Amino acid sequence: MKRITVIVGHYGSGKTEFAINYALHLAHQGLKTALVDLDIANPYFRSRERQEFLEEEGIALYSNAFGRDITSDLPALDPGIRAPLEDKSYHVVLDAGGDGSGARILIQYRKYLTDPKETEILFILNGNRPETDTAEKNIHCLKAIEAEIGLPINALVNNTHMLRETTSDDLNRGMELAREVSGISGIPIKYHSIAKERMPITCQEDVFPLTLYMRPEWLDR
Amino acid sequence: MTEKKLMKGNEAFAEAALRNGCRFYFGYPITPQNELTEYMSRELPLRGGSFVQAESELAAINMAYGGAVSGGRVLISSSSPGIALMQEGISFLCSTELPVVLINVSRGGPGIGTIQPGQADYNQATRGGGNGDYHVIVYAPSSIQEGVDLIGKAFEMADLYRNPVMILADGMLGQMMEPVLLPEEKNPLREEDIPSVKPWALTGHKEKRPHNVIKSLFLVPEALEKNLTRWYGKYQRATEELPEYELYQTEDAEIIYVAYGSTARIVKESIQMLREEGIKAGLVRPVSLWPFPEKAFEELGPQVKNLISVELSMGQMIQDVKLASAGRWPVSLINKVGGILLSPQDIVDETKKLEVNR
Repeated sequence: MKRITVIVGHYGSGKTEFAINYALHLAHQGLKTALVDLDIANPYFRSRERQEFLEEEGIALYSNAFGRDITSDLPALDPGIRAPLEDKSYHVVLDAGGDGSGARILIQYRKYLTDPKETEILFILNGNRPETDTAEKNIHCLKAIEAEIGLPINALVNNTHMLRETTSDDLNRGMELAREVSGISGIPIKYHSIAKERMPITCQEDVFPLTLYMRPEWLDR
Repeated sequence: MTEKKLMKGNEAFAEAALRNGCRFYFGYPITPQNELTEYMSRELPLRGGSFVQAESELAAINMAYGGAVSGGRVLISSSSPGIALMQEGISFLCSTELPVVLINVSRGGPGIGTIQPGQADYNQATRGGGNGDYHVIVYAPSSIQEGVDLIGKAFEMADLYRNPVMILADGMLGQMMEPVLLPEEKNPLREEDIPSVKPWALTGHKEKRPHNVIKSLFLVPEALEKNLTRWYGKYQRATEELPEYELYQTEDAEIIYVAYGSTARIVKESIQMLREEGIKAGLVRPVSLWPFPEKAFEELGPQVKNLISVELSMGQMIQDVKLASAGRWPVSLINKVGGILLSPQDIVDETKKLEVNR
């Protein structure tokens, strides 16, 4: 795995849930891990809401300049974000905001992200979101993000789900959609991320088991 | 794959309005409802509609007034302090009998307050902040699907009653995602059909009919009195026809919670937790806040010992709960403010602490 992983995608595609899960995946392997919450577009459901939990898990969380002020929608980033990017002893997960406009914030960290040996940029895709339910729409979104940040996306993460109503059809169609996007764009699929309780699932690509950390449990009873 | 889509509340509400033939939207950005305005700015022009980002909320509500006057199906949305700015316009819409649907994706107040969820606009929505005698019909969805369905109903009721209808959705509902089944796309009212469907609309008399006049000023006192009497006839009909509610596990419940919106979802979880301990609790969930569903309380059995209003406010709906209970049961409050949600465990703990339950 690369030292720096950047998470981009359409808004509402599941970037933050994947970013938290991926950071935990790194930390549980004993790696010194930092999660950087770069969402300055929307003040709800951001990883900084789970700062305490993440720190208990040994993950350093960076977000805005006012620390735990979770309700602020000020575009004020913590200058300390550069520390784990500079410090090669860290593995870093950068969780950007949605779409090209949310990914724009990455430009200021671009110099850390240009070496493909060091950095991997992942595009999260959910085929059940109306704006990314076809290969064409996903390519459009993906190209818009690449154009905005001036860096190529290295791999796809298929995160097609319907929360508790996810069916096998959803999973199969999501996988097919990701393969279609991969076929057209030439960008490989890194994972299909699938809810932990549905495991084991086997397919030709790797599967990443996902636990929801941002969603309150009472929403899905 | 199902026909359902995974949508954020704000996006789904906007799409539901479009599919119900809404072609006019006027708004001014405010968190936590910005996705709704953004969605309309992108999608409304594609459907041949008009989107205007107004210079203020006051301008937006008056543009809505203009759109409704000419017979268009109009949506406006904002969040708490923005809705506060629109109060004058809402009073005017009632006094001119104009159908407009408003969505309040509410946050904590008073003042600028917080951008996190709140339910402290209950009084603003059901009592109004504008001047004079009027009512706004208010629906409070507790899921995105219900919000989508209620938006269709809101447009129908706005036309039927010729009165503004509000969807009161808290920030949580606006921001969270759920699978939704969207309604079929309805064609908007064609311009040439407006004079027959909405004969009161200002479509131009073309020398073929008397002038239509829509105004909020009545210089002859008796004319205003006559109108008010007629409007209150409408409101009386609304209190008979429109109350809506859900009863959840009330058949054997001794403790009855009353909660609306996303808070009602949390209460349902608390009810399960209490029932696992052998404590019988249930929920009355008002779906219409005005008219308040007093009838729901008539359906409660003799085993009920007390009512608890659960709100993200210092206690506003509790006044209506007390009126509806009419002294039959003691009424307590469990609440949380500041933009913080109650957890299911908070509600369980607070319930056990109440004097009446010890």
